[in-house]
Amino acid sequence: MSRHYTSRLDIENGCVDLTHGGGGRAMAQLIDELFVAALANPLLEQMNDQASFPVTAGRMVMATDSHVVTPLFFPGGDIGSLAVHGTVNDVAMSGARPLYLAAGFILEEGFPLADLARVVASMAEASREAGVPVVTGDTKVVERGKADGLFITTTGVGIIPDGVEISGDRARPGDRILVNGMLGDHGVAIMASRENLDFGTPVVSDSAALHGLVAAMLGSGVELHCLRDPTRGGLAATLNELAQQSGVGMLIDEAALPVREGVRACCEFLGLDPLNVANEGKLVAIGPPDAAERLLAAMRAHPLGRHAAMVGSVIEDDHNFVQMDTAFGGRRMVDWLSGEQLPRIC
Amino acid sequence: MKYIDEFRDGELARGLATAIRREADTGRDYAFMEFCGGHTHAIFRYGLPALLPENVRMVHGPGCPVCVLPIGRIDMAIELAHRPEIILCSYGDMLRVPGSERTSLIRAKAEGADVRMVYSCLDVLKIAQQNPEREVVFFAIGFETTTPPTAAAIKRAEKLELGNFSVFCNHVLTPAAIGNILESPQVRELGTVPLDGFVGPAHVSTVIGSQPYEYFAEEYHKPVVIAGFEPLDVLQAIRMLLAQVNRGEARVENEFARAVTRDGNAKAKALVAEVFELRRVFEWRGLGEVPYSALQVKTKYASFDAERRFRIEPRRGRENPACECPAILRGLKQPRDCKLFAKACTPENPLGSCMVSSEGACAAHYTYGRHRAA
Repeated sequence: MSRHYTSRLDIENGCVDLTHGGGGRAMAQLIDELFVAALANPLLEQMNDQASFPVTAGRMVMATDSHVVTPLFFPGGDIGSLAVHGTVNDVAMSGARPLYLAAGFILEEGFPLADLARVVASMAEASREAGVPVVTGDTKVVERGKADGLFITTTGVGIIPDGVEISGDRARPGDRILVNGMLGDHGVAIMASRENLDFGTPVVSDSAALHGLVAAMLGSGVELHCLRDPTRGGLAATLNELAQQSGVGMLIDEAALPVREGVRACCEFLGLDPLNVANEGKLVAIGPPDAAERLLAAMRAHPLGRHAAMVGSVIEDDHNFVQMDTAFGGRRMVDWLSGEQLPRIC
Repeated sequence: MKYIDEFRDGELARGLATAIRREADTGRDYAFMEFCGGHTHAIFRYGLPALLPENVRMVHGPGCPVCVLPIGRIDMAIELAHRPEIILCSYGDMLRVPGSERTSLIRAKAEGADVRMVYSCLDVLKIAQQNPEREVVFFAIGFETTTPPTAAAIKRAEKLELGNFSVFCNHVLTPAAIGNILESPQVRELGTVPLDGFVGPAHVSTVIGSQPYEYFAEEYHKPVVIAGFEPLDVLQAIRMLLAQVNRGEARVENEFARAVTRDGNAKAKALVAEVFELRRVFEWRGLGEVPYSALQVKTKYASFDAERRFRIEPRRGRENPACECPAILRGLKQPRDCKLFAKACTPENPLGSCMVSSEGACAAHYTYGRHRAA
């Protein structure tokens, strides 16, 4: 779409000012030259205030996620790719195939356009890789000091294939609990980059879109009861949520939990428990025991499930406690994290 | 992880658990107090109670610096934080500790007070350098482990001629607290709290050494085994305590020989002695007023003493009358003896200090041990 602006947007040296959210020509130019240029797709290029697309029969899902992470750029990703992965994963955890994303940007006056362009380019790349286009969006600018650089909210829609019935209330005693890989990478990567901590091999965020892995798991033909991505609050919070929703208990085995050496070292140093640390490319899968081995094999065959592991079982428990057999030989509870371990992690 | 996994080995733990079961005389009960919150945390986090026989009971001691700070001192910190010229810097644990009338530092922060969480008191010096027009106060808490760094920060501030840095000093002394517990009528005369020995502090002892505990072993005839914070350290210490009790001995033994010597860290002790002096008396939560149990900044360094600099008056805080923290800190009660535990008082909404710090007995019970009571 071509409009005539007196000069091109100075992405290299310019910064966001209040006119970029004012609804006038400056805003239109920002949208054209920065957002649409990077996120290009036919639905977005219709330049309506909404995107319209045909729907098929079946069940649709919708999920939304706001992103306020600091720093905006971190090892293994940035707020742009995170905003795509976060919402794609929320949609995918229903078993759905994600179709489209919407993105809302809140920009702080003075935010460098170069950084914005970098974030949007990363978002575009993540969206292309995932095959889930950003089809509509919104931009607001607030005065300096009223936001911290940039916040992004994304909303996604998707379609659940026939016969898939995944929900947090379906875990049954006897079911097995699986995870698709190393726990705690995202939280530790953010923390290490904020505090300039170095633990030999740098830990990078695991931020990734998981719908391909979910499709592969469903494609293996095994029944899945629950899927959830253990983001803030880590595996501990997710298992406690699922235990309460399903009215069951859980028992996990510490020795079976996949945790990277660097993550363990960082947690040890900072007094954290990897079970409470956030992930952005991990999922917890719960399914019936007879299919667990096949499910594990299907996960391990996918690049995002290479380190998948069976970590425990669902048990009967009226208190809905999550317990863990420690590698040390004892048993303890695994509780929700109280308070905030690390603000603004995603 | 090197130097970590060796001390958390499940195989060795099972061997030690068997040895403990063999050592424990089934005809009697044993009660040992682990003084430090670090030990309490390790005991619950690694699920040690499941490895101990029924007749060996651990009593949780008052060695959690967050837990023993009386409400009045929290109120004083909140008062400092509310002064517009002050930036109050604190370790994260202190922010959620309730003061009187449901106040806390985190609440003061939400109301506009400039409260900052730091990992090290050296960060506070940096904040003071970056904000020359503000007064930067460090809310110093802790036993002998954290005292030398505070002393070092004051010395460094003096060298840097930092005129806007000061310390609200709440450093307390371990031997004074152990002595107070042993002197209490419940332990000494009535025997309502049977105590057969102590798992002695780990990090504190790296500074003060093992020598200060010899008095307790001798005078009160209680064995003390200084132990590291790793779970195998704790099991080994319990085994050593059982052996001493069974032989009728009361000695100081050092399980944590890889870090603790008899005399401790001379340099750290000298630094503390240069900057701090004993307070005549200090209030402890749970223990009440304990003579010569805490430190204050020496007159020579008075300009770095926030209490003098801002002329804040001592305060008497108001405890929640139903909160059993005082009795729990003395080993008189267990967390689940408290009516508030896991009901009105949870880590999300702590009413007492033992529920705030992860090293507090109530928080450790709640987070790791609730399933055993259920």
